[in-house]
Amino acid sequence: MLLYALRRLLLALPILLGITFVSFIVIHLAPGDPVAVTGDPDAPLTKEAREALIKEYGLDQPLPVQYWRWVSRLVRLDFGRSFSPDGRPVLEKIAERLPITLLLNVIEMLIIVAFAVPIGVLSATRQYSLFDKVTTVFVFVGFATPDFWLALLLIILFAVQLGWLPPSGLRDPNAEYLSFWTQRFDFVKHLVMPIAVATFGGLAGMSRYMRQSMLEVVRQDYVQSARAKGLSEGVVIGKHALRNAMLPIVTILGLSLPGLIGGSVIVEYIFAIPGMGQLMVQAVFERDYPVIMGNLVIVAALTLVANLFADVAYGLVDPRIRVGRRRR
Amino acid sequence: MSPFWRAFTKNRLALVGAVIVACLVGLAVLAPALAPWDPHRPDVRKILIAPSAKHPLGTDALGRDVLSRMLYGARVSLAVGFVSVGIAVCIGTILGSVAGYKGGFVDATIMRFVDLMLVFPRLFLLLAVLAFLRPSLWTIMGVIGLTGWMGVARLVRAEFLSLREREFVLWSQSVGASGFRVVWRHILPNAMAPVLVAMTLGIPAAILTESGLSFLGIGVQPPYATWGNILNEGKDALEIAWWLSVYPGLAILVTVLSYNLLGEGIRDALDPRLRQAFATLGARRR
Repeated sequence: MLLYALRRLLLALPILLGITFVSFIVIHLAPGDPVAVTGDPDAPLTKEAREALIKEYGLDQPLPVQYWRWVSRLVRLDFGRSFSPDGRPVLEKIAERLPITLLLNVIEMLIIVAFAVPIGVLSATRQYSLFDKVTTVFVFVGFATPDFWLALLLIILFAVQLGWLPPSGLRDPNAEYLSFWTQRFDFVKHLVMPIAVATFGGLAGMSRYMRQSMLEVVRQDYVQSARAKGLSEGVVIGKHALRNAMLPIVTILGLSLPGLIGGSVIVEYIFAIPGMGQLMVQAVFERDYPVIMGNLVIVAALTLVANLFADVAYGLVDPRIRVGRRRR
Repeated sequence: MSPFWRAFTKNRLALVGAVIVACLVGLAVLAPALAPWDPHRPDVRKILIAPSAKHPLGTDALGRDVLSRMLYGARVSLAVGFVSVGIAVCIGTILGSVAGYKGGFVDATIMRFVDLMLVFPRLFLLLAVLAFLRPSLWTIMGVIGLTGWMGVARLVRAEFLSLREREFVLWSQSVGASGFRVVWRHILPNAMAPVLVAMTLGIPAAILTESGLSFLGIGVQPPYATWGNILNEGKDALEIAWWLSVYPGLAILVTVLSYNLLGEGIRDALDPRLRQAFATLGARRR
């Protein structure tokens, strides 16, 4: 098992290098140099400031040299400084926002799994029942609903009309005057809508896969023999079938991560949550290119790490994978 | 009737999807004739009028007719859907067939590149690219296509891997057909079924992506009317003008839903076994 995990880790290293390469290319192949379009278009940089920036970032050097310098600084975890007026180190900016995005995504993952698995199992074991039909409609609608639109509708209903939930941010402006538990409650209230929006589409997809996977498993012979030896339906489904039906879900969960993290851009933007997604949108509007590059690298590296975890988890639950059998 | 049509026409949901898609295409093409008002002309006397007989879907903050703007927005969605998926399918098919046909080192290199591209959350990648490009309709279509080809490449490669061992391919190789001819005339036509499905399911994904980018304000720029733009402008008037937020989103929902129904119908009619191949594909929409 350890060997398997190590092999996955080794395979991930070239991808990590590739991430920096793609991030670099993406920014530098765009026509025009990053400094020319940097900052507020209404207050263009002075000539001296421009030249200082060009010097500092070595933008007058050939691209391979620039790439080499950039990567060798990345290795030392030096992501440069933001172009925005505060000029803070990029890593510092990302570090204060990363925990929020991670927290949201972990909660979303847990909710998706907690709901999708029972929904999928129930609609598979009661195929073509009313429950199955209702969830199928939910799945199709969930796939097709733009998350930003859902967010707007929820804000109109729960924040504007009913006034039950706060429309944006993470805490009440007067939170510091509230008692400890009211503060916690306030925080949870701020999270309800963003998390509902972010989980909606993923939940639809995941319960669909769970249903599909379960339907395939219950047709297999060993499920029949479990029934034949007189086990109760609950044990047959809950113990024998479920474990095998969960296998593809682990993979799909790993694959759906980039989508989930990408979705946090929209959710954090609409609900004004100070996370990585909001930072990215701000950086794009300000054309703050060190932050954009840093963000892209970190987000991709995070996804890579999460995929690695999913691979290892898959190896843990499925012995066939870790004993040999090369990738694809 | 061919077996495909028989299976397809038996699927009522897929037919509904096909009819709605056809209507949407018709509305988009005929938008200039159908739109009751000029979608771009502001009118200060008509700012934020609620839906009425004269303006069935109301007007926006500049007094422009929302129905007309949405009809023109359908053109953008349609164009973005078809062109960006066209780009993605071309890149994916070329790389996938080269990987699947050549195998070995070439295959490994291309597929690792696919893995690499899939590690990037698509929206982050799109934002990074668009930060330094002047956003126009063409750049949006281009970047959505350039970031959406990986699934197609995987599908095509998988098809090629199984097809290249088949007798008719071995036969044409043994009578001396060139590699290009084998791929183009013999393997590719047989590998197109999943590509067709990927296209139909890729269009709604591209439409969702475009509207998301336009909603963030970095997609197709005003004065172009797109569904995402209307939503973006409408969110500032959320409390007083619900119609600006409700209708464009509904249009996106119905469009994406119909393409998905159509795509799944085509898939099931072509080959039910394709289900599995697309299960993992659909998992990464954004």
